[in-house]
Amino acid sequence: MDWGFILTQTTTQAIGITAIIYILAAIGLNVQFGYAGLLNFGQVMFVAAGSYAVGVIVLTFDLSLWLSILVAIIVATALALLLGIPTLRLRADYLAIVTIAASELFRLSVRSIAFKDTLGGAQGLNGKLGQQFHDTNPLPADFQSLPVLSWTRQDLWVVIVGWLLIAAFTVLVWLLVRSPWGRVIKGIREDEDAVVSLGKNVFVYKMQALILGGIIAAFGGIVWAVAKQSVQPDTFQPDFTFFAYTILLLGGAARVFGPIVGGIIFWFLLAGTGEFLGQAIQAGWIDFLQATDVGNIRFMLMGAGLIALMVFRPQGIFGDRKELALDAR
Amino acid sequence: MPDNFDSRAEQAKAVLASVDPRPGVPKPDPILVADHVRRSFGGLTAVNVEHVEIQRGAITALIGPNGAGKTTFFNLITGFDDANEGKWTFNGRQVAGTAPYRLARIGMVRTFQLTKALSRMTVIDNMRLGAKNQTGERIFAAIFPFLWKSQEKQIDQRAIGLLERFNLHQKVADFAGSLSGGQRKLLEMARALMSDPELVMLDEPMAGVNPALKQSLLGHIKAIREEGTTVLFVEHDMDMVHDISDWVIVMAQGQVIAEGPPDTVMKNQAVIDAYLGAHHDSNLTESGEALTEDGAR
Ligand SMILES: Nc1ncnc2c1ncn2[C@@H]1O[C@H](COP(=O)(O)OP(=O)(O)O)[C@@H](O)[C@H]1O
Ligand SMILES: [Mg+2]
Repeated sequence: MDWGFILTQTTTQAIGITAIIYILAAIGLNVQFGYAGLLNFGQVMFVAAGSYAVGVIVLTFDLSLWLSILVAIIVATALALLLGIPTLRLRADYLAIVTIAASELFRLSVRSIAFKDTLGGAQGLNGKLGQQFHDTNPLPADFQSLPVLSWTRQDLWVVIVGWLLIAAFTVLVWLLVRSPWGRVIKGIREDEDAVVSLGKNVFVYKMQALILGGIIAAFGGIVWAVAKQSVQPDTFQPDFTFFAYTILLLGGAARVFGPIVGGIIFWFLLAGTGEFLGQAIQAGWIDFLQATDVGNIRFMLMGAGLIALMVFRPQGIFGDRKELALDAR
Repeated sequence: MPDNFDSRAEQAKAVLASVDPRPGVPKPDPILVADHVRRSFGGLTAVNVEHVEIQRGAITALIGPNGAGKTTFFNLITGFDDANEGKWTFNGRQVAGTAPYRLARIGMVRTFQLTKALSRMTVIDNMRLGAKNQTGERIFAAIFPFLWKSQEKQIDQRAIGLLERFNLHQKVADFAGSLSGGQRKLLEMARALMSDPELVMLDEPMAGVNPALKQSLLGHIKAIREEGTTVLFVEHDMDMVHDISDWVIVMAQGQVIAEGPPDTVMKNQAVIDAYLGAHHDSNLTESGEALTEDGAR
């Protein structure tokens, strides 16, 4: 059993590229669900939109990666409008139903044969998607790896910029939620009619929250496409959204640092149990499991852990239990 | 206010004294005029108001047995529910079909029968939400505190002033959810006043408020009138109606069945019948006008 290896692997994943993508999606959810109370169950669609913007602009149309960022923002905004206009005037559950359906519809559409020439069908788009970004890598060309964390030169550059994005969006969210704008969306989360009765156009605020959260998630998609140099339609399954929610609730919804704390813990535990079980099976400590079971077992353990969290700390790691206990009437 | 009156109260009473006490009677200076307002839920016609006018600057009580349609009428007028038919004007402006947030912006602000204090927000944040035209409520300006900080200071001053009046100033930093039911009613009313409305519509402001608080609430409502704000409120407590209202409108089964000064209305046979027909233990009896045959409540 190589404990050092388990620890470095686990830490590398806990703050690595995948964690960054999920944290960005969770920051978006924090704006939408945490602060504004919007049940968006289709966050993965905004991530996919970001990834596909990169894929299509860079690969299909052979245009600049920087242009694809603009396109990602526009597409995320358009999708939010498309989902929000019919549903945001209705009860909260309508948005939940429509977004989960729309995210699957989006995935099935982008992988369909009909758009194969532009979107790549089921194989998606693969190639030098992030080259323009990787060309900006300031790390020395003979860079091997950090002492402990095992990223390649290319991945490390993505990780650095990814965390800068997380920092930037966290500051943005922090500024917004302590402003009068944030006060209005928190009011909407509690009681929409009360806020309407005070002369606020609630529909517009909800739309703004949906768009902003969607754009932040789209940046997760951009990171994904650039890091992996590939866009695969079937990676954008609904479970992505649910993991992003898990991360948010783990860290504490409506807490500025909730998504970051939740994301790191989530991936630390998930990667940690995976690495540990893998090694334990190899070392013969556990003989009733196969190495191929590990992927599923760690999700089962994660589920059990979440149940425990909800029972013992329903407010998440950062949340304030007293606040949660306040009568919502 | 004309010089020949000591207070708005006297002025309102004097003006309304010359108005004929009958349903749908025109008023000298109405702020709100409603015509043919109807709302049905399935087969039930909850509201069917032919014509009603609310006098500016006065305190008007809207009374009637449970289920008379008072809350539904409030919801229709303030845009929270859609009428099947009907027109109404606010300050002479047609406002039927106008979005509720717009009505609030032009000065028609309401409270709710089931209090809507925002529990997980502090008392002061509840109050701040009530202020109109906030620069910092725009998403791009929100990011730059220097654009809205000074406005926020003014809003805070106003909020503290109102909270002092409503005896909530010790609760400024508390979560609204930690207040008592009566204090929440006070907070909701104070919050509504943050926008300097022309017409405040209070749906059962006294429900659940303890007797001591009731007295001060009465005082607050009178004070609102003295500042020139028109008050329309729904209430069951006849003593209170009698005490503070300049005019009373009675609804039963969706219709306006009587109108007039409090004394006149409470002697009105149609009103007594409506109450007794609906619920025998009505505290209308407290005014001594309507005892059941055996003399019991
Ligand atoms: N949303 C609704 N759906 C169906 N019936 C309703 C609804 N709202 C009110 N009603 C009915 O309309 C009538 C008037 O109710 P309401 O306006 O609440 O009366 P009040 O406030 O005078 O007690 C009642 O019979 C009530 O049951
Ligand atoms: Mg009612």
